[in-house]
Amino acid sequence: MLVSVLNGFSVGFLLFVLAVGLSIVFGMMDVLNLAHGALFLCGAYLGATFAGGWGGFLGALGLAAVFGLVGGGLLSLMTEPLRKRSHLDQALLTLGVALVAAEVLAIVFGDDPLSVAAPPGLNDSVQVFGVSYPTYRLVIIGVGAVLALAVYLVVERTRLGALVRATVADREMVSVLGVDNRLVKAAVFAIGSVLATTAGVLGGPIYGARPGLDATVLILALVVVVIGGLGSVRGALIGALIIGQVDIVGKYLLPDLSSFILFAALALVLVLRPQGLFGGPVGTAGAR
Amino acid sequence: MTAIEAPTVPGGAPASAPRVTRARTGIIAVAVLVVLAAAPFMLAPFATTTLTRVLVFALFAVSLDLLVGVTGLPSLGHAAYLGAGAYAAGWVSINVTAEAPVPLLVGAGFGALAAALTGWVTVRSHGVFFLMLTLAIGETLQQLADTWETVTGGANGLTGIPAVRLAGTPLANAGFTYWYVLAVGVIGFALVVMVARSPFGAALRGIRDNEPRMRALGYSTARYKYAVIVMAGAVAGLAGALLVAQQRLVTPADMGFATASFALLAVIIGGAGSLWGACLGAALVIIIRDALGPSLDGHGTLVLGIVFVLVVYLLPRGAAGLRIYRRRR
Amino acid sequence: MSVLKCVGLSRSFGALAAVSEVDLAVGAGARHALIGPNGAGKSTLFKLVTGTMKAHAGSVELAGRDVTGLSEAKRCRLGMSQTLQHASLFASMTAAETVALAAQRHGGGRISLVPRKQPAVAERAAELLADVGLDGREHVAVASLSHGERKQLEVALALACRPTVLLLDEPAAGMSPAERARLVELLAGLPAEITVLFVEHDLDLVFALADSVTVLHLGKVLLSGTPAEVRASDAVREAYLGAGRREELFLA
Repeated sequence: MLVSVLNGFSVGFLLFVLAVGLSIVFGMMDVLNLAHGALFLCGAYLGATFAGGWGGFLGALGLAAVFGLVGGGLLSLMTEPLRKRSHLDQALLTLGVALVAAEVLAIVFGDDPLSVAAPPGLNDSVQVFGVSYPTYRLVIIGVGAVLALAVYLVVERTRLGALVRATVADREMVSVLGVDNRLVKAAVFAIGSVLATTAGVLGGPIYGARPGLDATVLILALVVVVIGGLGSVRGALIGALIIGQVDIVGKYLLPDLSSFILFAALALVLVLRPQGLFGGPVGTAGAR
Repeated sequence: MTAIEAPTVPGGAPASAPRVTRARTGIIAVAVLVVLAAAPFMLAPFATTTLTRVLVFALFAVSLDLLVGVTGLPSLGHAAYLGAGAYAAGWVSINVTAEAPVPLLVGAGFGALAAALTGWVTVRSHGVFFLMLTLAIGETLQQLADTWETVTGGANGLTGIPAVRLAGTPLANAGFTYWYVLAVGVIGFALVVMVARSPFGAALRGIRDNEPRMRALGYSTARYKYAVIVMAGAVAGLAGALLVAQQRLVTPADMGFATASFALLAVIIGGAGSLWGACLGAALVIIIRDALGPSLDGHGTLVLGIVFVLVVYLLPRGAAGLRIYRRRR
Repeated sequence: MSVLKCVGLSRSFGALAAVSEVDLAVGAGARHALIGPNGAGKSTLFKLVTGTMKAHAGSVELAGRDVTGLSEAKRCRLGMSQTLQHASLFASMTAAETVALAAQRHGGGRISLVPRKQPAVAERAAELLADVGLDGREHVAVASLSHGERKQLEVALALACRPTVLLLDEPAAGMSPAERARLVELLAGLPAEITVLFVEHDLDLVFALADSVTVLHLGKVLLSGTPAEVRASDAVREAYLGAGRREELFLA
């Protein structure tokens, strides 16, 4: 039981790192980035490539950050010509990019699942309240919590964060203020993407790296965004922790049908609170 | 105050359209059908099989177009209903009977059932939000197929599906299977065209153009959307039954993200709302994936992904605007 | 006997009470105008009555039936139809197709899943289009109609719903004087059994058409009465001047 709860937390924090960028870009610009899962998978493959030692692990994290910056910047640039078109076109563009990225990754890394070893020292277990538990997952909980706090501080305390919050609340107003929306968008896109690739490296030892993982994590992230509400950091955190628990408990209770539990959670939130737990009035009706 | 001129039925061809156009469309349709029916005589078995896949995918794309083009609901989860139909038809063929039309009815029924069980979550949303919810639903159902091994065979898929039987005789070769798929596909296509041209179809187009206004006119739009989601699910399930008739196997990959995306691509290439166009788009997708794929080292999907990106950029007014653009030419 | 009755209708946006505790009674066959300075809550009240927006408190009654909990679509089917301030139509349709869409819903039959000619629907659509002065424009795409024509089409669309109560949100907004004159003629010629409630800025039009008037101010009813009573009211004059209206409204 305790192991389940802890597993839920480690998955939850990982999901938060993954989903928060997706949520903010969607909440701010109505751009639904369907290539977000592909970014995660990039990170996972980087982790798999360099796995083995601390040098490789940290190197993979560094490379993942670079990849995320470049990838996010590119995505932001690519959606720019579609600015005047419907948000649907932008989402479809990222869908095309996701398909291309998944194929390229399959060409480079093959179709077989790769498992990723945790860095030395973290690949064994420790005693937690008398139960043996993988050290790496505990570390993920810690790192995830730190990253969550960092994102929260950036959004709440910095100028960029203030712009993000203002844009989520009232888009027109911010462009009237003379802020270059494109730069803010590129910055948010890039940071969100770095978080996604980072989550990929961190998640490698848990999920491995395999074709199709991109879609799996994308869906988890989307469910987190729907449940938490668009553009809300707090919502993304609570949503991710809930889904982490739901996913693990579901696999424990109904191993064959666990995805139903995920669907049930999604449906329940949509019925009770269509705008998500922490969403503003945007919600279902607003996202045209 | 009398109705002068030919009265306009909403959804029917505009009354002002010359009768010639209709006649011409009819002639072209018959010609296409004749060519399609004669195809196995002229093609190698492999090409016939590819053409069978085209037909299956075309029916699937047409069912998706009922949502995307006619009702304005961009779905990325539609492959799940194809999968539901395929698994159900496969299961019933193995465990009960492969005698037509049982697998077809079971496939369509389960496609509709899967849509009915999941579609209600999405009916209050539209646009990108609809896209996102359907994607989540589609993937959830795919994972279900992946994990529910006792019924679906898990990641290996449902194997050993017998050939469809017609009046006791199994359809053993590619040509007969092709004709079977063609016949059912034409019926499915005709059903979708019928719905799209009916007064109900006119209401769907009204929802696409302006949903709030439809509510103000007395239409409970959520119910209409739910109904069309279930109908499209049934046709997708029918396409799923044809899929197993052709490949005698169904795996979770058949109902995944990629299948759903490529069906959407087919609809967009064909011009959302044009049911004929969706068929042509489906042909293009399958030809790139299956016919050109081997010469591309098995990476036809990469080409499709690139095509997808290009199509989004190149369509004059975006995927969503194409239909209206044509209409006002 | 009032055919439309609102009791204690309220709706707020955050801290702003856009409509608070509004009572409104519209008699059968009335031509009732809803006026008030900008920001008085007219449009919000309109949406609460039609069901486009949910009220936070209060009730709406249509012909003696409580419709507060019913959806906009259901209210429309019960006889409440509306035109919108900004003509909001169907981009891919012609004028005739648009009206037929409303007519088929309110023609008594079910919406068929099978293609069929609906002569009754088409005839009714043509009739309504002729009634609002759009004969000859039936097969023109909505996008190609002028602003005034679209407003006329809006009226035809609302009438196609066979309303007992017709709600018009600023029917004359953005019209040229000629279009406006035609609209007044059209509205004045509506069958007497249809009750009309309309929101309007143009007070000439209000006094030309209305037999009763409700004045809203800051989300509350300031005064309800005959046009003459409203004209004579100092409170109404104050409200308009206080809200910065410069028009010499009541001297006409």
